[in-house]
Amino acid sequence: MQLKNEEISSALKQKIEDISGTNVMKCYQCGKCSAGCPMVDYMEILPHQILRLVQIGTWEEVAGANTPWICAACLTCSVRCPRGVKIAELIEAVRQIALRNRISGRRLEISKEEIENLPPIALISAFRKIIE
Amino acid sequence: MHFEESAIESFRALGIELEELPRWNCCGTVFSFATDNVMYHLAPVRNLLRVREQGKDTVLTLCSMCFNTLKRANKLFNEDAEKRDKITGIMDNENLVYDGKTQVKHALEILRDEVGLQSLREKVGQGLKGLCLAPYYGCMLLRPDGLGIDDAENPTLFQDVLRALGAEAASYPFQGECCGAYQTVMQPEVVGERTYVLVDGARRSGADAIVVSCPLCAFNLDQRQGIAGRLHSDFDAMPVFYITECLHLALGLGFKEEWKRLHHVPVDAFLEKLHRSQNVAGAVKRQRSNIRE
Repeated sequence: MQLKNEEISSALKQKIEDISGTNVMKCYQCGKCSAGCPMVDYMEILPHQILRLVQIGTWEEVAGANTPWICAACLTCSVRCPRGVKIAELIEAVRQIALRNRISGRRLEISKEEIENLPPIALISAFRKIIE
Repeated sequence: MHFEESAIESFRALGIELEELPRWNCCGTVFSFATDNVMYHLAPVRNLLRVREQGKDTVLTLCSMCFNTLKRANKLFNEDAEKRDKITGIMDNENLVYDGKTQVKHALEILRDEVGLQSLREKVGQGLKGLCLAPYYGCMLLRPDGLGIDDAENPTLFQDVLRALGAEAASYPFQGECCGAYQTVMQPEVVGERTYVLVDGARRSGADAIVVSCPLCAFNLDQRQGIAGRLHSDFDAMPVFYITECLHLALGLGFKEEWKRLHHVPVDAFLEKLHRSQNVAGAVKRQRSNIRE
């Protein structure tokens, strides 16, 4: 892939860095985050790939992937990153931007009966990802 | 609920009286990472203020998610002056201004720091001898590093507590791996897969049961074993206990009949095994004292 400078959305990269409080350019793509991620089997794009896409500012692929919604923010990646990049926080920033701008998010498509069988702790935390 | 009841009764037996915090509210369950929005921090900070209103300085949480949310909000409040002022400004309808001095401790830390593991061991005696338990830390007791109850990658506190209760602590690689948390709402099958991996790992290490410290882990690892069983024909169910239930059992306070109904995977075989090993231990003790006499 050839990357032209004018295609890079640095404003978006800046926004993600502001919300997450992390410097995405510190990542050197070692892949340790993806290697240790317990949810990686279900992700369309792996955590280290999300980082790379944010570095080069290709928002569509980041926002279109299921990755931010599969991430359970368990923080394993953030704890293990040899560069101190807060990956879980960065993915939360992606979710925040997607939800605030109504680009993507989870929908609560479960029956009333299923909801009644779930503990409040599960529902309240899941609401953080729901767009409608 | 069995978590609370077993905690109150066990800590009372250990000389610690737990009092429910008046006017507590839900902490929001997950600590908000977004640096540009303080609204999510109001719920945990309100709880921390309620503790000070009572003239107390420590809040005990039974839940790992509450522990994490309250502790991180507290750290943020104490270390980020700008956010502290903002939060205090929004909370101007409170009678007291929060001073940042509430200590947040998980029940496991209270066992280590207030009760002391040596003194716990002495009070327990035989306890859960003969049983092997797999500790499950999950995420929120350990991460981020430096904020958890122990080392994020190689924790030992849970094992130490289980050993103090007389049990053998299983060693397996999944003790701090995420159970899938609230994915259980929208994608229960993902959590079913996680549960399969975690329970299978605990089984291979020789455990009789898994012990958890978070109600969401408890729900996932116990209730989602139904899905794990449907997805994998070789799946073997394993009972899941809350740490305070084990504490209650180890202190000789028993296991209430009504708690059994709150478990998805039946606990009878486990309790039966405990009963048998206690009888054996009792018999050996009697024999020894007979010989001495």
